[in-house]
Amino acid sequence: MNWRRFSLIAVPYFWLLALFLVPFLIVFKISLSDIALAIPPYTPTLELSDGWVGAKDFFSHLDFENFEFLATDDLYWKSYLSSLQIAFISTFICLLIGFPIAYGMANAPKEWQPTLMLLVILPFWTSFLIRVYSLIGILSQEGMLNQFLMWIGLINEPLTILNTNVAVYIGIVYTYCPFMILPIYATLIKLDGSLLEAAEDLGCSRTEAFWRITIPLSKAGIIAGCFLVFIPALGEFVIPSLLGGSDTLMIGKVLYEEFFSNRDWPVAGAVAVILLLILIIPIVLYQRNEQKVMEAET
Amino acid sequence: MPETAFEPWNDPDQKPLIQFRNVTKRFGSFTAIDDLSIDIFEKEFFALLGPSGCGKTTMMRMLAGFETPTSGTIMLDGQDISPIPPNKRSVNMMFQSYALFPHLTVYDNIAFGLKRDKLPKDQIDARVKEMLRLVQIEKFGQRKPDQISGGQRQRVALARSLAKAPKLLLLDEPLSALDKKLRQDTQFELMDIQEKTGTTFVVVTHDQEEAMTVASRVAVMDHGKLKQVDTPDRIYEAPNSTYVADFIGDVNIIEGHATVQGNTVSIAWAEGQPEIIGTPSKPMGDGKVSFAIRPEKVAISSEKPTDRHNAVQGKVLDIAYLGNLSTYHVQLPNGVIIKAQAANSRRRASRPFTWEDEVWLSWTDTAGIVLDN
Repeated sequence: MNWRRFSLIAVPYFWLLALFLVPFLIVFKISLSDIALAIPPYTPTLELSDGWVGAKDFFSHLDFENFEFLATDDLYWKSYLSSLQIAFISTFICLLIGFPIAYGMANAPKEWQPTLMLLVILPFWTSFLIRVYSLIGILSQEGMLNQFLMWIGLINEPLTILNTNVAVYIGIVYTYCPFMILPIYATLIKLDGSLLEAAEDLGCSRTEAFWRITIPLSKAGIIAGCFLVFIPALGEFVIPSLLGGSDTLMIGKVLYEEFFSNRDWPVAGAVAVILLLILIIPIVLYQRNEQKVMEAET
Repeated sequence: MPETAFEPWNDPDQKPLIQFRNVTKRFGSFTAIDDLSIDIFEKEFFALLGPSGCGKTTMMRMLAGFETPTSGTIMLDGQDISPIPPNKRSVNMMFQSYALFPHLTVYDNIAFGLKRDKLPKDQIDARVKEMLRLVQIEKFGQRKPDQISGGQRQRVALARSLAKAPKLLLLDEPLSALDKKLRQDTQFELMDIQEKTGTTFVVVTHDQEEAMTVASRVAVMDHGKLKQVDTPDRIYEAPNSTYVADFIGDVNIIEGHATVQGNTVSIAWAEGQPEIIGTPSKPMGDGKVSFAIRPEKVAISSEKPTDRHNAVQGKVLDIAYLGNLSTYHVQLPNGVIIKAQAANSRRRASRPFTWEDEVWLSWTDTAGIVLDN
């Protein structure tokens, strides 16, 4: 084994090990523990001084009780489902809004593109929390949106948007749209314009060329954008707690409450582990599929 | 019956396939095509030749339908094609970048146009296989474009543009991405395929050698105008302007004042130098002329030749050894440099002339071209 190569590969692996796998194992261990009125608020804890007997005792106390509890209380699976639904729909709306914006940017005159790019990332210069708080001001009963709609005479009475799922959708779509736009823009800007001309030359109308050439060739950007929106949206906690109502169920919110309000770290741990599995399984399946396609081609 | 040469442009009964009628194309204040008229006939292999920015690509893009003329009409088969969008024209194009669809296999790239015509599956399959055979890439049907070599991609692009059996095939710098050896082989193959399919080819190129090799006629363009449209040999041997003479191949151009003497003219071009005797291709009067002569028509010798009117003495300044030929740059006493070319027909012969040698350059009365200024 070549040492240079080994050390090169070792850096990202060490990074993953130290900052992902070890914390995950700690959370997983907590999820197998029992709640306790202590610091830290769970039991058992591993005492290395007790030696082999202590370790055996430690492992015998770990069980899947908390996962069973998640299955019995319908709050949890309803929250998972509702989170999945909100994340799916938000991702889809982001795609519907983000793709045309990215397409417009990629086809804008060259000298405009840096400015347009700047406009897309400009919101990140303000704190995320401040932007979500300002949405409260816009969406509330006396907010700017209602005032504007009444002023142009579209509605007579203010709409209740804030503290509903609609507000959560608006918040998520607003926050995560740039993550959809940027990867799609990156693939569209690389698209060779002569491909579309070739498609037209061979008998496609403009629309047909778009569906047969532009969309398949921007697939990588679309998928990357969807993952970048879907993953954080699924675990989103700030937006549903600030903009959502009491009936807005999202797993991020449940996790927060288990951890900080109930101080039930083991159940919170179990919730987090399941959330991670929900996210990882589709990604792994997708990558395996991609790999198969690539292997079939070579 | 003797086989007649393919010269539809000389036959008044032939109807042209493509007619440009006073076509002008402007982009803003820039005139890309300037009041241009030309006829291109069926089964021709027509080359548009010129430096970049001369308008040749614009002409091709107008034929494909990606640009519309600012004024004038373009007729295909007697029909004005300006209002017809590119996807409805019986014209296909092979792009300079090949523009192969990277997400489709070679097979699907070639089938792309046929599928748009909604042909039955077995017909598409038969046609694609025929095309793969025609360009000799049967083995690569299931590969993606990035899994084949540049030369194979060029073949796929050609097969794809020929698959729909267009009336007219446009080729934009078709061979510019290939290396020299492959380019020369492919030139002949391209001519073969053109002959086999009987399709009219219009090729755009900046490479004069390529145009001369493949084309039945060559149009030399400059600044949106046609300078000369003629067969390759006439373009080379009888250019109608110094621009064409200079653009095609190597040439010596001498400016002078001509005096008519019967069938020939005598050109006074420098003090202390004998006048050049030349034969103009058409009757002309006295006046300023350019005398153009190709280096291979200038003979080089150590003794003054006695059988020729035109002989000048000079000193060898430079020798460019090209293998089969050597080009000698000979400086005359008045500073003018004339290029002469000699074939290296004998192997291992010591070079007859070397630097600083005093030599005689000579040519016959009909070797050069007299161009009216």
